[in-house]
Amino acid sequence: MKNHATLSAEFVKDSERMHWHDRALWYVRQKRDNAAKAVPEWEELRALASQIKAHTMENLDHYLETFEKEARKNGVAVHWAKDAEEHNRIVYEILAKNGAKKVVKSKSMLTEECGLNPYLERRGIEVTDTDLGERIIQLKGDAPSHIVLPAIHLKKEDVSAIFHEHLHSEEHNSDPTYLTGVAREHLRQKFLSADAAITGVNFAVSETGAVVVCTNEGNADMGVSLAKVHIACMGIEKIIPRMCDLGVFTRLLARSATGQPVTTYTSHFRKPREGAQMHVVIVDNGRSAILHEEDFARSLHCIRCGACMNTCPTYRRSGGHAYRFVIPGPIGSILAPLKQPDRYNDLPFACTLCGSCRNVCPVKIDLDHQLYRHRQEIMKRDVFKEKKRFMKWIARLMQHPMLFTLVGKTVRTIAPILPKSLLYHKKNVWGRYRQMPDFPKQSFKALYKKERNAKKQ
Amino acid sequence: MPKSSREAILKNIRTQKRGTPPPLPETSRFGTTYEDKVKVFQSRLSDVGAVFVECDREGITGTIREKYPHAKTIASLIKNDTLANVDLDAVQDPHELKDLDLAIFEGVFGVAENGAIWIENDHNRHRALYFIARHIVIVLPKAEIVDNMHQAYERIDLSQSGFGTFISGPSKTADIEQALVIGAHGPKSLYVVLV
Repeated sequence: MKNHATLSAEFVKDSERMHWHDRALWYVRQKRDNAAKAVPEWEELRALASQIKAHTMENLDHYLETFEKEARKNGVAVHWAKDAEEHNRIVYEILAKNGAKKVVKSKSMLTEECGLNPYLERRGIEVTDTDLGERIIQLKGDAPSHIVLPAIHLKKEDVSAIFHEHLHSEEHNSDPTYLTGVAREHLRQKFLSADAAITGVNFAVSETGAVVVCTNEGNADMGVSLAKVHIACMGIEKIIPRMCDLGVFTRLLARSATGQPVTTYTSHFRKPREGAQMHVVIVDNGRSAILHEEDFARSLHCIRCGACMNTCPTYRRSGGHAYRFVIPGPIGSILAPLKQPDRYNDLPFACTLCGSCRNVCPVKIDLDHQLYRHRQEIMKRDVFKEKKRFMKWIARLMQHPMLFTLVGKTVRTIAPILPKSLLYHKKNVWGRYRQMPDFPKQSFKALYKKERNAKKQ
Repeated sequence: MPKSSREAILKNIRTQKRGTPPPLPETSRFGTTYEDKVKVFQSRLSDVGAVFVECDREGITGTIREKYPHAKTIASLIKNDTLANVDLDAVQDPHELKDLDLAIFEGVFGVAENGAIWIENDHNRHRALYFIARHIVIVLPKAEIVDNMHQAYERIDLSQSGFGTFISGPSKTADIEQALVIGAHGPKSLYVVLV
């Protein structure tokens, strides 16, 4: 399987496109900066958010149970799923029981993580992603490359081609306003004919049993307010204790994600509407296991704003697909190896440890520290054997000064006369993108000795 | 076996407890306040793509008519609104609202820091109204503007209506090359009448 480095190498081959991608995300990062700077108490707000999350995670069982109790009082059906398979089965059973054949879905990284769409499609249910970016991706048969901006890797010309093929839009018309209009008409038909609406959950409030869904397009609300059945899918970590905590998180989320002061729609669902059903599916799928990992438990504080991706120098230049995990970027590089250590052990190394992600994270997750911890743990395992052998060999060399001097001398003499093909052998990873320096005539030790003697005289 | 999954998840959470958790912080009386809330609110409304007008209660109908002269089907949650020609209580299925040109309703309060308006209406049968109409008008009393979201949430509990939403500008998207397009799925314009 291709790793992050290989996939990034493919991404950067198209240099112009890579720089375009880099700039697009940096633009979002700058918008975030401006929005954060406009709030004088920004840092205190982050501290509050971090405290609330830390408190909640330590009492997660209590807050989940209270949420369930309150939601049931409100007439909402609550379901629990230990893993992706159970989540998908629960959703399917609700749909089947209601004879639902057509479903509209607003953005939910959880359903993406669980592979809900293919699961339902195999059972004859039509699922339409209604977030514009997600719909573009769905029509293309692609995967999202970002959690907030799923189609950030595509240019408007790409979107134009996709819409022309699937929605019969004008060929070569790549005006975003025109294309959005085409999607609006297309999706409106889907909204009007849907039997059920699935949404994600941004926040679930324990004390009232309400769930909060944030969108800019209004697609979640359109779906939910028309269809007879609303299924909201949430990970266990989406719980917050009180309504007043929403004040903290709604102020942070949109500003961190896109630089907006708040999302266009911040909708609070506490009871099903007249004549309709509301279901909440609470999903674990490996999350409670992360709570046990002392160094990584804080990764569950994430509110999925995407700020760490927008700022990450690696993400911006590798694209989200290079991560191969449902959540890319710094936070994905922490979560992925916790889920499948062997498959994703390259991701914590796709990082310069610059710490920019930690500085922008609205809930103050120590992302870079966790990535560093991952590296330490991974190196303890049976991986990167060749590199380890090399380091062991170097260590031994350094423990024997005589031998070290001898090897140094030999290399200084031989290397300059070696043929390039040997010097830049594919095992010389360092030399792949760099030219080796000229070898000095003397070792540092010899030079030092000489200088000292000169000074003495 | 949904019951057993519930127990398994909760049990797994309980076994990780590490001791005393940090207390929940107090969030009331936190956040920036403004000298002129109304002015800040108005400026945020413009930022988020909404258009506003100030008028007195008597002038509401006139200003809306003037703004949307071509609106044919109009629904309103404001009592005795002479502009309305769709009887919302008589509508049984929200799908019937699909061709609605204009929806008029009241906002409970506005938030100065972000231009969001809290919409919650105990008597509205159709939540779709706020989202499905081609254009929406929100009537908002100027006296009902709070500084920030902390103050906002002190006023929200949803115990009666079961649903409420903050609306901040018309529906929008920037999913195609970060180009902002107004009117994604929901309303293409938001007109705020401040009274």
